[in-house]
Amino acid sequence: MNSRYAVIISLVLLISVFLCHGCSTSAATVNVSAAGSLTDAVGEINALYQKENPGIIVTGNFAASGTLQQQIENGAPVDVFISASPKQMDALQSKKLIVDNTRKDLLCNKVVLIVPGDSTLGIKSFNDLIGDAVKKIAIGDPDSVPAGQYARDIFNEYGIMEALKPKLVLAGNVRQVLQYVESSNVDAGVVFTTDAKISKNVKVVADAPDDINKKVVYPVAVINTGKDMTAASAYEEFLFSDQAGFIFDKYGFTVVGR
Amino acid sequence: MIEALLSPLWISLATVFTATIITFFTGIAVARWMARYEGRLRNFIDGILILPLVLPPTVVGLGLLMLFGKNGPIGQLLLLFGTTVVFSWPATVITATVVSFPLMYMNARGAFEQVDISVENAARTLGASEWRTFWRITLPLAWPGVAAGAVMAFARAIGEFGATLMLAGYIPGKTATIPVTIYFAVQDGDMNQALVLVLIVLFIVFASLSALAYFKSKSYKIVTV
Repeated sequence: MNSRYAVIISLVLLISVFLCHGCSTSAATVNVSAAGSLTDAVGEINALYQKENPGIIVTGNFAASGTLQQQIENGAPVDVFISASPKQMDALQSKKLIVDNTRKDLLCNKVVLIVPGDSTLGIKSFNDLIGDAVKKIAIGDPDSVPAGQYARDIFNEYGIMEALKPKLVLAGNVRQVLQYVESSNVDAGVVFTTDAKISKNVKVVADAPDDINKKVVYPVAVINTGKDMTAASAYEEFLFSDQAGFIFDKYGFTVVGR
Repeated sequence: MIEALLSPLWISLATVFTATIITFFTGIAVARWMARYEGRLRNFIDGILILPLVLPPTVVGLGLLMLFGKNGPIGQLLLLFGTTVVFSWPATVITATVVSFPLMYMNARGAFEQVDISVENAARTLGASEWRTFWRITLPLAWPGVAAGAVMAFARAIGEFGATLMLAGYIPGKTATIPVTIYFAVQDGDMNQALVLVLIVLFIVFASLSALAYFKSKSYKIVTV
């Protein structure tokens, strides 16, 4: 008899813990979905924003822009979305998931070719990738990872896409590409210069051609599925502030207009 | 579009077919040994053999990556021969084998332990060699359990995702098995491809469950005369 009561009471307590999980915060929450390459920069900006605005909680959700786009299209409650390429933002805009007049270009970035820090293959340019010594190249999945899109554009521009296809290892996000190169399991990879800066175990050997780098724009917008429009807009404004700009600079991003 | 469906299908079938054959024979051998092993390390060895079943697949993947990667013991050995397993098709076979082995092993061992040892001993007293005893007495008697193990290993191998992605990576046309392809199809927003692949997997799994039922019905009974 006693053990049965004990079980019932434990279950009731357990269930009440779960039920109360959502009602402890009366603070405003801003859910930010940002591209994987922004993990560190936006993480720091979020911490700063919370410090300056006590009572507001900012949660950062970092993944490939394609994944984030999927989540939003399927109803995820996102307040602000920062994509690593216009493609995903265009898709959301055409589905009317963006709040009017909140889409702005936030950052620029550059695409680079990296190799493992201890690489002895002598790769100095994108064209060197065709050589037989290069067996595996990591890029993001071009259909959902902006860094992968740009990589495909670069390969197409140099006319080496067909030659490189059998060597490509596709990753789910740009940080995974970075990790593959860091661990020397591939011979080279294509990431953003801001990702290469974070790692100590990779070498940047080439920059993407200028006409491709010009297209690398990170748009930001307030999303319809979010809960608190005011908090979201205030956060978006903060991204364009000097304080945020300082943090973006630190990580190697270029803020549009600065 | 068809190419995008056939490629993961071929890769998965080749991987699972190879992995199941390896698991089948090694599972039987190890199970047979462990069924009669009375040493003190019994539980410890058993634990290690079953480990891939209880560990999260990503942990198994990480372990395999550390073993076969550039800095791992087996990886370094392979480098001496000029090859590497990471991001290659054999990696899919390795991960499928490792995660499905515990299922084959547990079912086969249970089946062997059920075989009445006096029947085996009777065979021995009648002059049958160990090998003959195994093939003609033990294995047929244990067959339903052994076959069940093989089918479960097959089903587990075909559904393997986490460890495969870590060790073999996503390389369409080379290492992209069905589960890995489904994951990326969803990420890319290609729901059609994802759904068709899901249906294919469901069909294969249902087929193997039917095979399981069939094998379990084929058993030997001991009759006394």
